[in-house]
Amino acid sequence: MRVPVLLLPLLLALSACTAQDADAPPEEAAAGSAAPAADELSGTLTVFAAASLTDVFTALGEELEAQHPRLEVEFNFAGSSALAGQIAQGAPADVFASADEVQMDRLTGEALVESTDVFAQNAMMLAVPVENPAGIALPGGGGVPTLATLLPDDVTMAVCAPEVPCGALSAQLLEAAGLADVPDTYEEDVRAVLTKVQLGEVDAGLVYVTDVRASGGSVLAFGFREGIAPRNAYPVGVLEDAPNPAAARAFTDLLLSEEGQRVLTDAGFFEP
Amino acid sequence: MSRTREGTRVPAPLLIPAAIGVLFLTLPLAGLLIRTPWSQLGTQLTAPGVGQALRLSLVSATLATGLSLLLGVPLAWVLARSRARGRTVLRALVTVPLMLPPVVGGVALFLVLGRQGIVGSWLDQAFGLTIPFTTTAVVIAETFVAMPFLVISVEGALRAADARFEDVAATLGAGRWTTFRRVTLPLVAPGIAAGAVLCWARALGEFGATITFAGNFPGTTQTMPLSVYLALQRDPDAAIVLSVLLLGVSLATLLLLRDRWLGRAGTA
Amino acid sequence: MSLRAAVAVRRGTLDLQLDVEVADGEVLAVLGPNGAGKSTLLRVLAGLLPPDGGSVVVDGEVWDGDGAHRPAHRRPLGMVFQDALLFPHLSVADNVAFGLRTRGTGKPAARRSADEWLTRVGLDGLGGRRPAELSGGQAQRAALARALVGQPALLLLDEPLSALDARTRLTVRAELRRHLAEFRGSTVLVTHDPVDAMALADRVVVVEEGRVVQAGTPQEIARRPRTDYVARLVGLALLPGTAEGRTVRVDGGGAVSVAEEATGAVFAAIRPESVALYLSRPDGSPRNVWPVTLVGATPHGATVRCDLAGEVPLVADVTATAFAELGLVVGGQVWAAVKASEVAVYER
Repeated sequence: MRVPVLLLPLLLALSACTAQDADAPPEEAAAGSAAPAADELSGTLTVFAAASLTDVFTALGEELEAQHPRLEVEFNFAGSSALAGQIAQGAPADVFASADEVQMDRLTGEALVESTDVFAQNAMMLAVPVENPAGIALPGGGGVPTLATLLPDDVTMAVCAPEVPCGALSAQLLEAAGLADVPDTYEEDVRAVLTKVQLGEVDAGLVYVTDVRASGGSVLAFGFREGIAPRNAYPVGVLEDAPNPAAARAFTDLLLSEEGQRVLTDAGFFEP
Repeated sequence: MSRTREGTRVPAPLLIPAAIGVLFLTLPLAGLLIRTPWSQLGTQLTAPGVGQALRLSLVSATLATGLSLLLGVPLAWVLARSRARGRTVLRALVTVPLMLPPVVGGVALFLVLGRQGIVGSWLDQAFGLTIPFTTTAVVIAETFVAMPFLVISVEGALRAADARFEDVAATLGAGRWTTFRRVTLPLVAPGIAAGAVLCWARALGEFGATITFAGNFPGTTQTMPLSVYLALQRDPDAAIVLSVLLLGVSLATLLLLRDRWLGRAGTA
Repeated sequence: MSLRAAVAVRRGTLDLQLDVEVADGEVLAVLGPNGAGKSTLLRVLAGLLPPDGGSVVVDGEVWDGDGAHRPAHRRPLGMVFQDALLFPHLSVADNVAFGLRTRGTGKPAARRSADEWLTRVGLDGLGGRRPAELSGGQAQRAALARALVGQPALLLLDEPLSALDARTRLTVRAELRRHLAEFRGSTVLVTHDPVDAMALADRVVVVEEGRVVQAGTPQEIARRPRTDYVARLVGLALLPGTAEGRTVRVDGGGAVSVAEEATGAVFAAIRPESVALYLSRPDGSPRNVWPVTLVGATPHGATVRCDLAGEVPLVADVTATAFAELGLVVGGQVWAAVKASEVAVYER
């Protein structure tokens, strides 16, 4: 085991575990019989969100329910493209939060979304199994390394398939680094890449910074120069046919508020 | 062994559910056909990678069926004929892949045959062989998921076959192996054929275990179901075209086999 | 002495202990009710079931015994099963050749022998058919050819006629009799039909609940049954004669009407329970009626076995009540009547 490579994941892991537990609202908040204010939100809010948003959105949903006891927030977490497909087929959603702008554009193109705001960005890191079979290490001399200097020649590597948002970004990074031929498998989503890294079946994989945070130190992670600039933008939009538009706007407002941004950055997202 | 032929009239309590059953199974297929963008068919089918994925699917499903026959028929024989204790437990174990979500099956395969796996790490160190992310891995994943279908059909056929024929063969000087080859195997040939078809169909449609254990790389591990799934992420029309292609090819293969192979075995 | 077997098998409720000896060219019938252990004996002799104890010795070679067990496929034997059990996936000729092929005979030679045997059992030209295309009688003939083609030392017949209909049984039985006469090895025939035993066997052993209860020639057993079961089962009157249409002229004098047409040398067999006794000559339907003298009476359970002398010798079973009501005494005169349909006819 080489010591220096542990530094970055440790730093990332240390700052990760604040959001979820501390903000959990008391159970009775929703059941309380406080007199409803005039502008009180009620009913059900249905949010369709990219799978990578599971942890932060759950926390924010509980926050919103605590503020509005008569409101119930329900989530449908899945791949962005699957969600876009469901909405296009008429699924009754109020809010859609996508992991990239391509899927959101599909819905704007069909005039299914009112307006969209980018609320977060995600960047990629190189995840490596704890055993580090390929011996990937920071090159001497300091500074942020390039992807090419990190990766040995015969490395086994997993990335997302170009059809899904994380894959589009990965393809862009690899292209820029001149490493387009390196991957051995194109996975159906970023979680599958992470799993293969965790199992030690690949030497390295490109995953989101947020995934490294969420993995709780079960992988090593390296930042690299090409990964800093190109990021996936996460747009959110209220749907034209939203059954509960008021609550939908309250949710997007929360997302873009200072508090929402804090929860997101704690989880590893970048501000837009 | 003659079977009496009843009249062709089907009683209503059977006919109505049967008709609903047919609709239930065929309407989704009809839906695919209706939604197929026929005008784009040519361009979609000639898109790079389509032929490659189709060929890989057919080859790996056929190899998986061959492997299943090689291992599954003897296994079915053991389950049907051996009187060893623990046979019921063995049968339950063999059918585990039927209940296991295929993705879990893929992870389980990693734990055994992956680079860090019990057997895989030894293969890696001793021979420099790594299985994941190769066509071999596709065949293994498909075999893992599809072989139980074959084993169950063949075991059923063996149980239904009259074991006295094996006694007859013994009194005619045939040892157990000769008896198996010259009597048992031909007797259960229709069951083996049916099992092989089921196995092949299941292998052809395999997705979860394959994408988990073999990954997804055009030309080596990207089978049709994988490319259909990924196409669905970006271009549903392309996914529909690919699905229709896969369905067409597999139906054609099965019908062709039925005439040639099942047809003959069925008259025995 | 060709087959000498002392077989002990314990399986659940079955406790089998049987000693049998069969000389070369001899046919031994093992007669007994279902569940008596007859088929188990046959499976042991065939090597399909290792006995719990005892020995099986054929032509001086130990097949079972002293801890040795020669598996079925190493025993030079032929076996015919109740349902013929021809392999459905092989042609009739390939079925017959099967035993020769497994024992190393080349294909052309095996094929020639098979064709020869098919001719001998009267299936000339049917070798190319599938077993499903044969009648029950033809299938059983093919099964016999399949068992005999390898010139086995031991021939085992497991209820070979019981799956056939009455008419077919008659002809197949006659053919079987002819082939058994030509066969030089030992034959063990298991049956629950006394007519088969009487018609085909040189000696009979009667088995009940896993034990031999009586052994002897068919005539001895028919005449002097030692248990009720044997008495009920084998008390047949066997009348040798010559058949002409529906009449059999009995060699010792007299005639018997039968229901089925036959010609040539035959046996007419009459079961004791089909013989009815009357004090005066009964009227009515066409049947066999003879004045007879009661020469002996032996009670067996609720029935009395009556030995009758007259134009044809007969044995009758009547209930003890009827025996008393008729006031029968030894030396008394009665009328015996038998329906034509109750008389079994088979070739000699």
